[in-house]
Amino acid sequence: MGSTIIESGSDTALAAVDLHKSYGGGRGRPPVKALDGLGFTAATGSVFALLGPNGAGKSTTVKILATLSRADSGTATVAGIDVQRHPERVRRAIGFVAQRPVTDPMDTGRENLVLAGRLQGMGARDAKARAGELLDRFALTDAARRLVRGYSGGMARKLDVAMGLMHRPQVLFLDEPTTGLDPQARAEMWAEIERMARDERMTILLTTHYLEEADKLAARLAIVDHGRIVAGGSPEELKNELHGDSVVIELDTAAARPAAAVTETVVRAQEALARLGTLRDIVMDDDVLRARADNGARALPHVLAALETAGVGVVSAAVARPSLDDVYLRHTGHTFASAQAGQAVAERAGDLAEVAR
Amino acid sequence: MSTAITHTAILTGRSLRGIWRMPVFLVMNLVQPIMWLLLFGQLFKSVVDIPGFGAGGNYLEFLTPGVVMMMALFASAWAGTTYIQDMDRGVMDRFLTSPTNRGALMVSSLLYQGMTTVVQTLMVIGIAWLTGARFHGGVSGLLLLLLAAVLLTAVFGALSNAVALLLRQQQALIGISQLLTLPLMFLSSAIMNTKLSPQWVQNVAAYNPFEWSVIVGRQALSAAPDWASIWWHLGLLAALALVMTWVATRAFRAYQRST
Ligand SMILES: Nc1ncnc2c1ncn2[C@@H]1O[C@H](COP(=O)(O)OP(=O)(O)OP(=O)(O)O)[C@@H](O)[C@H]1O
Ligand SMILES: [Mg+2]
Repeated sequence: MGSTIIESGSDTALAAVDLHKSYGGGRGRPPVKALDGLGFTAATGSVFALLGPNGAGKSTTVKILATLSRADSGTATVAGIDVQRHPERVRRAIGFVAQRPVTDPMDTGRENLVLAGRLQGMGARDAKARAGELLDRFALTDAARRLVRGYSGGMARKLDVAMGLMHRPQVLFLDEPTTGLDPQARAEMWAEIERMARDERMTILLTTHYLEEADKLAARLAIVDHGRIVAGGSPEELKNELHGDSVVIELDTAAARPAAAVTETVVRAQEALARLGTLRDIVMDDDVLRARADNGARALPHVLAALETAGVGVVSAAVARPSLDDVYLRHTGHTFASAQAGQAVAERAGDLAEVAR
Repeated sequence: MSTAITHTAILTGRSLRGIWRMPVFLVMNLVQPIMWLLLFGQLFKSVVDIPGFGAGGNYLEFLTPGVVMMMALFASAWAGTTYIQDMDRGVMDRFLTSPTNRGALMVSSLLYQGMTTVVQTLMVIGIAWLTGARFHGGVSGLLLLLLAAVLLTAVFGALSNAVALLLRQQQALIGISQLLTLPLMFLSSAIMNTKLSPQWVQNVAAYNPFEWSVIVGRQALSAAPDWASIWWHLGLLAALALVMTWVATRAFRAYQRST
């Protein structure tokens, strides 16, 4: 498991090699290492996903590839063009949909699109026609003449993506394109992303917090943590690498109080299972124990018996085929759900703020 | 080059659309000159009686070009807040990842500022005229006044944009522009004839770009303009405006390095 996945062939649309980037910490604080030797390649006409916890370096990577930011060291090419040497040419080849909104709230949806097209060198008539087409495709025609200030979060997000598509780019960067979309809009966005990669041979680099999204859309994906790639491959390859099933056991710690007793229960459980030896990669997440076993169904009775002998109660126990969640857990050391919990709170606060407005 | 011109035109168009959608802004622009003219006009009415002040005994006529330049200075020192708004809204990042001409981004912002300066200047002149001031420079005098005001706007608009790109913070930008504009205003002959000020003020004022524009404006509106002084100071302003625009365009690199 290297930190760089090299995919051979001349069909490479995106290549990042050994990217390093630090941000000044400001006022005496040490600099923040955002990227620490990150590298990957993506094939033309494919969807490539970057997956990772908050602050892993996904957006930083996208910003460097999209010529917004510069790496401290390392090289990157987009559509075969070096981003440091010919940023102008890269900018003609790409569409960039940032994590935050990129539209002007004081312009209408159509004006935003036309402006983006004109800046890409389209003529006025072309830009208008293309804007109409995209508004149609993203079901925004009714809102086309309204100021974006009045758009809902989901409408604004769809407009952001449309902005990146105005000039029919070869490579499209989508930084969390479906955050804030309702399930229906998300499904539509997925269909659109799949269609673009397939029919228009567009290369799409996607960052996401939804494992489901990466699993469904990406031909290949990379898990990023602490500014480097900790695992990469197709979703299937990554799942197969785990060998065997995942076992999830919820321990009964309700009776054990105070906190010290909870810890003690957990330690006892871990010791008992370590002695048993049929489970690997044991990780505790509060009172939920996650592990892997070659054959989950056969291992489970022994596991439960061992726990009972050790005097640890069990609330529930489950065996499942490996999911991308397990891959994530294995490589970042925490489950996806717990990595997301912090973010969900922030998002909800954002939603409330929006409602308040 | 033609790309730069096209981009300048469409970006200026965007700014003008924006102002059209905020009528409050237009009202503010009308209220401000009235306030300055009436406030200073009343406060300092009798300074013209001080021996050696000159100005032919009418303070309003003396004050008007000063107020024109003050308005241009204040407005342009704020120009960068639009950039910061664009940064906060992600619009700037979108421009910078598309082949938007960097020079056009800067020049369109200055053009837009220049246009608002022209409108403001005409309003100040109109209001002054209605309250009894009379100017003798004719149409050419008015055009020279406008040119000086626009060049002043370019100098400080570019500076403000550069500071915005480097600091990225609304408060910091506002702090700096206040720190800069008030001393520049008082170290000039905008509201007070510097002949009556201490020698050091006169010395410093000679290097003050704001003072250059006030000199041009006042001379251009006077009955007997000092043409040599007008062209010299206009030349200085134009040169400084070019340098500042160039420097400010370079500041996009610094912005991108820290993004
Ligand atoms: N402009 C900046 N100035 C200072 N630090 C930054 C800046 N941008 C990113 N960072 C830091 O770099 C690290 C990587 O950030 P990045 O935005 O790439 O993470 P991410 O993987 O996109 O996270 P998220 O899932 O939350 O979007 C973080 O520690 C972040 O605080
Ligand atoms: Mg991000």
